[in-house]
Order: sequence, then C-alpha cells, then structure tokens
Amino acid sequence: MRNRFNNPVLQKEFKLRFRTVKSFVGLFMYLLIFGILALGFIYVLTLNQTYLFFQPEESRALFSYLAIIQLVMLLFITPGLTAGVVSGERERQTLNILLTTTLSSFQIIVGKLLSSVAYLLLLLLASLPLFSFVFLFGGVAPEEILLVFFMNLITVLTFGAIGIFFSTLLKRTIAAVISSYVLTLFLTIGTVILFFISIGISRGLNPGGIPLISYFLTTLNPVFALLTALNIDVTGAFDNWPSLPVWMMYVIVYTLVFIFCTWMSTLKLRKEK
Amino acid sequence: MIEIKNLTKRYGTFTALDALTLTIERGTVFGFVGPNGAGKTTTFSILATLIPPTAGDALIDGFSVVRDAKQVRQRIGYMPDFFGVYDQFKTKEYLDFYGASYGIPARERERLIPQLLELVRLSDKIDTYVDLLSRGMKQRLCLARSLIHDPEVLILDEPASGLDPRARIEMREIIKELKNMGKTILISSHILPELSVMCDELCIIDRGKLITHDSVQAILNQLKPERVLAVRVKDRFAETIRFFEDDPHVSLVARNPENNSLTFQFRGDVDAQVALLKKAILADLPIISFQEEKTKMEDVFMELLQEVDDGAESLQ
Repeated sequence: MRNRFNNPVLQKEFKLRFRTVKSFVGLFMYLLIFGILALGFIYVLTLNQTYLFFQPEESRALFSYLAIIQLVMLLFITPGLTAGVVSGERERQTLNILLTTTLSSFQIIVGKLLSSVAYLLLLLLASLPLFSFVFLFGGVAPEEILLVFFMNLITVLTFGAIGIFFSTLLKRTIAAVISSYVLTLFLTIGTVILFFISIGISRGLNPGGIPLISYFLTTLNPVFALLTALNIDVTGAFDNWPSLPVWMMYVIVYTLVFIFCTWMSTLKLRKEK
Repeated sequence: MIEIKNLTKRYGTFTALDALTLTIERGTVFGFVGPNGAGKTTTFSILATLIPPTAGDALIDGFSVVRDAKQVRQRIGYMPDFFGVYDQFKTKEYLDFYGASYGIPARERERLIPQLLELVRLSDKIDTYVDLLSRGMKQRLCLARSLIHDPEVLILDEPASGLDPRARIEMREIIKELKNMGKTILISSHILPELSVMCDELCIIDRGKLITHDSVQAILNQLKPERVLAVRVKDRFAETIRFFEDDPHVSLVARNPENNSLTFQFRGDVDAQVALLKKAILADLPIISFQEEKTKMEDVFMELLQEVDDGAESLQ
C-alpha cells in the first residue's frame, strides 16, 4: 500500500523547483520589494520623530499595512506560479507519460498544488523577520498574527487551486495565466466596484439598509476579508450588516471554491468518458 | 493478450479510427504500418488510456481500456512518438521518479535502475543530466522508463523516428532483447524495412481503416504471388536453364553465364517452391545456392496504398 503522504509528484516538483535559479531570484525579489515597502512605511511614520519609537496604534497600523502588502503580493504571484503547472507539462510533452503511470489524477493535482503552496509558504516564512519590527514594538496579539497567517494560507490555497484548475482546463499556459489573473482581478477589484454599485442602487430603493448581495460581494474579496480579520472597521457605516464577520464567511466561501477547483481539476486531468 | 474490438475514434465529423478489430497474441512483436495520419498514434493513445474511444473497446490481458484504466496502466509501458524530459533531472532521478509513480518501493528502485540502464546501454550515464543526453539516448532512456514497472505489453509509437542509422540499429537490438524476455510489443513506424525485420506480424492501416493483418511473410506472399528466385550451379548451366524453364510455375528466366547463375519469377505458394527445389535436387543438378530475392517492403506498401486509392476512386 502506497503511503498517502509519499506523493512522488510533490517530491519531483520540490526537486525541480529548487534546482532552478528562478526560485531563488523570485524569493530574493519578493523580500526586496517587501523590505523596501516595509522600511519605507517605517521611515514615513518616524519622519517627524526625534526618537525611534511607536505608539501601540502605530505598531498596529504597521502590522495591518504589512499584512495587506503581503496579501497583495501573494495575489500577484500565485496565479503566475500555478497556472502553468499542468499546461506546462502538456507543452513540454511530459504530461502524457505522467498520465500513463498508475498515479491517480488526485495525487497529481494535489502534488502540483502542494508544491506551489509550499513555495508560497516559504515566501511567508522568509518575510517573518520583517514582521519582527512589529513584535518589537508590541500592540498586536499573537492570535491576530496567527489569524493573518491562516487567512493568507486560505487565500494562497484557493488562488493556487484556481490557477491549477485553469491550467488543467486550458491547453495553453498563456491562456491559463491570463484567465487566472482576470479572475484574480475580478475578485480583488471587480467585487469592490460591484459592491459600490449594489450599495448605490439599494440606497436609492431602501435608504439605510444594504442588500445581501453586497454582503456576499465583500465575502469574495480577499483584501476586504483580511481587513475585517484585522478588526479594521470597514462596515460600521452600515446598520443592518449581517452578524457573521466577513472574514469567517470568506473562509467558508473560499474553502468551497478550493474544493470545487481541486475536484474539477482532478476530473478534467484525464480525458475519460 | 490484446483484443481490439471495433475501436472507433471520431473528432467531430472526422473519423481518425474506423472500427479497428485485431487480436494480438502474447509474446508477439506486432507492427503497425501506415502513412502519417493513418490512425496509428490514435490507436496507441487509446490503448495507453490517454484518450477514450468513441465506440468499441480494447482489452489488455482481459482489462478494458475504458473501464479498467488503472489495471491497464499497470500492464503497459508506453513510449509516445514525441515526448519531453525533465531537464533538471539526472538519468537516475528521472527513472526514480517514474518508479515511485508506479508505487515501486525505494529499495527496489535502487536495484532496478542500474539494470534498466544496462539494458538500454546507458550505464555510464547514470549521473548525467537528462538534458545533456543525445536524442537517441533520450529515446532509450524513455524506453527504460516504460519498462520500470515490468509491464507485459510495450506500446512504442515510432521509437526509431528521428534517429541516425546507428541509433536505430541499437534500438532494434534492444527491442529484440525485449522480445526474448517475452514481452508483447506493439511498434508503429512508417520506416517499413525496419518493421519487417523486427516484427512477427504486421498490420497496415490507412485513413483509420485496417487494410491487412498477417505475418510479415504472408503479407509479402499475399501481395506478390510471384517471387523472384535466384539459383547458382557449379556447372551444367545449359541443362539447369532447361530444367527450370520446363517448370510450369517459372517465367522470365534471366541468365548470368559468367557465374553460372539465373534468376526467374516463380508463381506459386511455399509448398510449390519446396517441391521445385526437391525436384531440382533429385535431377542431380549441382546447385550451390537456391534463394529468394527479398521483395522490398516499401514496394509492397506502395502497392497496398495504391489499391486503397483505386478503391476510393472507383467509389466516387
């Protein structure tokens, strides 16, 4: 009986990924950009201070700022990282051979997904030292840090599954990459636009209340969800806001999307009747 | 071992494979011959469980390629006509990955890999990056890869395509060795002489249809009832010529007095040929050699396809 945790595809992807210079350049660039943005923010905060010290509120702001920056960067990287993993094998003509082995479609998809997610986790871990600025000044509870980490993990898993779904469905990597980015843009920016449109329309019809659709739109937006997880009050302006926090609903919705995409990729990988 | 029943594949209105029916016995080296687009790769892809047939089925060792894909995959080794390799892998790691993919334990893989590399004559490349291998070596490595789970059936789609003559001979030798190991081997090619020396049986397909299926020799006989025979005698040349000219199966006798040899067309089956030789020996002719001049497979092939074209034209 094959060990469930011993996934050959995952091991292969690890080996191949970390043998390319690209992975290290990617990590370096990620930390460079993240570092510049983090240190830039600290510089701006302390511009008018004689001594380097933070108020707890400022420390909180820095933490929120870093968490959002990290999320945006992950959203930017994930589709590019995952949308080529199946179609790339097809283009390099290695997929057919892989499909004639006795590996199940699920093993192949999960191996591909976990290896991409593992790389993104590496980025998350590598950026922890930058977060240590926040720990230095206090003002943020450990649970909040864990929650942010958990939210980013859900986001990365789901967007990774979306990338792999397009990579399995579409023959060409370029088509899969474009589709993944379009969907990412829709979920991050499109939902915000639709949210304001829906609010605008409903205000005209029913002043004071907001429709369920607006609430649902916010639960699709990863940035919005992270803001609510950080306890940043973005919904206070609305009175009849549903009591279930946006970030919780987001976790539920994205888990469903993750399951759906992984399941569809597994079904679509092999052309079976 | 392999039973192909009414196998059909349609892409929209285009029929790539039209009700192909074939039975292939265990241990046979079976050649698929046909021009490009004949349906060879489609047939092999269906047998390798990569694409589902539109209709019909194929059984490998009793397992259906449609319903029991996993069992079929365990029993076949597949080498596609075009394939890529993971460039960042060493030869050893490449085979190790596929071994793991078939669920072979690590210790077993460690033992198997040097053996397989020896079989395909790549033992000295065990630590070389796959990227640095020549095309012929990659082809052989892919063959070793298809053997890692010790499958009973090998499906080799154009294994010699794009190889130089020397690499082709090496590939042919390896396939002979695999035949001796008792594997059932399916090979496709459009390089005919190559298949005729490697295969026990041949089938010829064109535009998705089976044209003929038989032993290599029978196909030759079936198509060219008159064979060219060459006879050489020590002396008594005139008497020999007279003897053969008198035989009812013989025509078009050509003489070559310089080395006392003659060639003629012989119309008749193998038994008639045996009888003729027996008669010549009983007549006490001093025969040094009596042999068939090989009919070129390509001629046979062209003739077959010509027949198909004629048939198609007469239908229009």
